[in-house]
Amino acid sequence: MAHSLRGRTAIVGAADTDVGVIKHMGATQLCIEAILRALGDAGISKDEIDGLVTCNSMAEPYLYHAETVAEYLQIFPKYCVSVGAGGGTTFTALHQAASAIESGICHTVVIAMADSLRSGMSREKALAMQSSTGHPQFERPYGLPVPAYYALIAQAHMHEYGTTPEHLAAVAVATRQHAMRNPNAQMRTPITIEDVLSSRLIADPLHLLDCSLVSDGGAAVVLTSRERARDFRRRPVYLLGVGEGHGHEHISAARSLTTSAAVEAGQRAYAMAGVGPHDIDFAQLYDCFTPVVLIELEDLGFCAKGEAGPFVAAGHTAPGGSFPVNTHGGLLSHTHPGNPGSMFALTETVLQLRGDAGERQLDKAGIALVHAQGGIMSSHCSIILGREDAA
Amino acid sequence: MSDIPAKAAPVPSPETAGYWAGAKRHELMIQQCNSCGRHQFYPRVLCTSCSSRMVTWVRASGQATVTSYTVVRRPVSEAYAPDVPYVVALVALKEGPTMMTHVVGIDPEDVRIGLSVEVAFQDWTEAVSVPVFRPVG
Ligand SMILES: [Zn+2]
Repeated sequence: MAHSLRGRTAIVGAADTDVGVIKHMGATQLCIEAILRALGDAGISKDEIDGLVTCNSMAEPYLYHAETVAEYLQIFPKYCVSVGAGGGTTFTALHQAASAIESGICHTVVIAMADSLRSGMSREKALAMQSSTGHPQFERPYGLPVPAYYALIAQAHMHEYGTTPEHLAAVAVATRQHAMRNPNAQMRTPITIEDVLSSRLIADPLHLLDCSLVSDGGAAVVLTSRERARDFRRRPVYLLGVGEGHGHEHISAARSLTTSAAVEAGQRAYAMAGVGPHDIDFAQLYDCFTPVVLIELEDLGFCAKGEAGPFVAAGHTAPGGSFPVNTHGGLLSHTHPGNPGSMFALTETVLQLRGDAGERQLDKAGIALVHAQGGIMSSHCSIILGREDAA
Repeated sequence: MSDIPAKAAPVPSPETAGYWAGAKRHELMIQQCNSCGRHQFYPRVLCTSCSSRMVTWVRASGQATVTSYTVVRRPVSEAYAPDVPYVVALVALKEGPTMMTHVVGIDPEDVRIGLSVEVAFQDWTEAVSVPVFRPVG
């Protein structure tokens, strides 16, 4: 049997900064704030960290980001790396950190990510970032805003499976219902299918409310070995499975528009964890745009191909549904500061599995799948987390 | 000098120069593998099917089918604002490969997946022409 990371590491600290519009803090400061809060949650000092993983910031980029953060804190880790996999960065980082711990390079790693896309970017910088998506010679000349790339995926899914704009809108509505139960979420006013469909059309079939937010914020987690995890004051949340899948970078070179490398990522994570989709109590699925959630529900085995639209429209993923998805409110309604976006899905999952999620605590929260993708449905990483009794 | 900012014009590289030189002549150039016969796009130094490095430029038929599309209502930048609403599409060439393009010469509301299209060229500057597609006939 292949060497496995199953149950070998655990998250023993997790925290978010304030999120939304945070004018009084820069991106680096948000990253540091996230680390200090996560260390506080774990009950350890900065000097007990011997590994650091970050992702670069768009608003305050550094050539060597993780090294900059270490220098700022005056810590001197044995393992220090900045990961860049777009929206998939968070779990790719977790995968690398768990591997580093398992191989003995280090024993306690902080994974921290933050950005201030809302308050820290000049208009010119924001435009340059938006137009840097796509192949420089074979896509960018055609003038696509980011939602247009995802609109191509949505349109193909609608054509192939009969998915409708109402199905897409149902994702936004269910996610908002979760956000309404989270006092930290950026968007908490109720919305209806009709609100989504009557919001401004950006790139057919995507309306404004099918698109995620642009925000400031950061989050961090502390990961350590199974052996050490029991010495921390929080209930450890164990990493049971992790898997990646990389299908393409540019959507015009995708193997399929409607089936993604989430299939491989999920299969690899399930195989490591020794569980299947039916064992998962709830999931956090990357939701930069509504159609992404539908494809992830299908590709990760929670629905048959083509059935995710009706599944969401029936309320299964909403609060109180049979399979809650994005219990914090996701990128659509909680917060979305760019590449760090999935960190909030991770910290939310830790809270739920510990039983610390307050009024939005799920009744059944023993094992969860969290999935992120980066690029245009390009790079995927699934992780499966569970409580002590599952590990 | 115009006040209107420029569109994101391609800057050819050694691997892609044959494609953009073709576009300038209003010819759609793709690669074909001398070993296995497969066509590919975008241009590469190897055949991605059989790994042969014997790939050569051939002129594509220019016939294609729309495999997906969107109507862009909010332009990526000021340079594209005069074109709104414009159709961005993925088209499958008769020879096999898929490419991104604009579909022009049709009301955006009438574009459908499965639409048969053929290549046309837009001359952006002295040096750059860009392939677009329009409905057949
Ligand atoms: Zn070949």
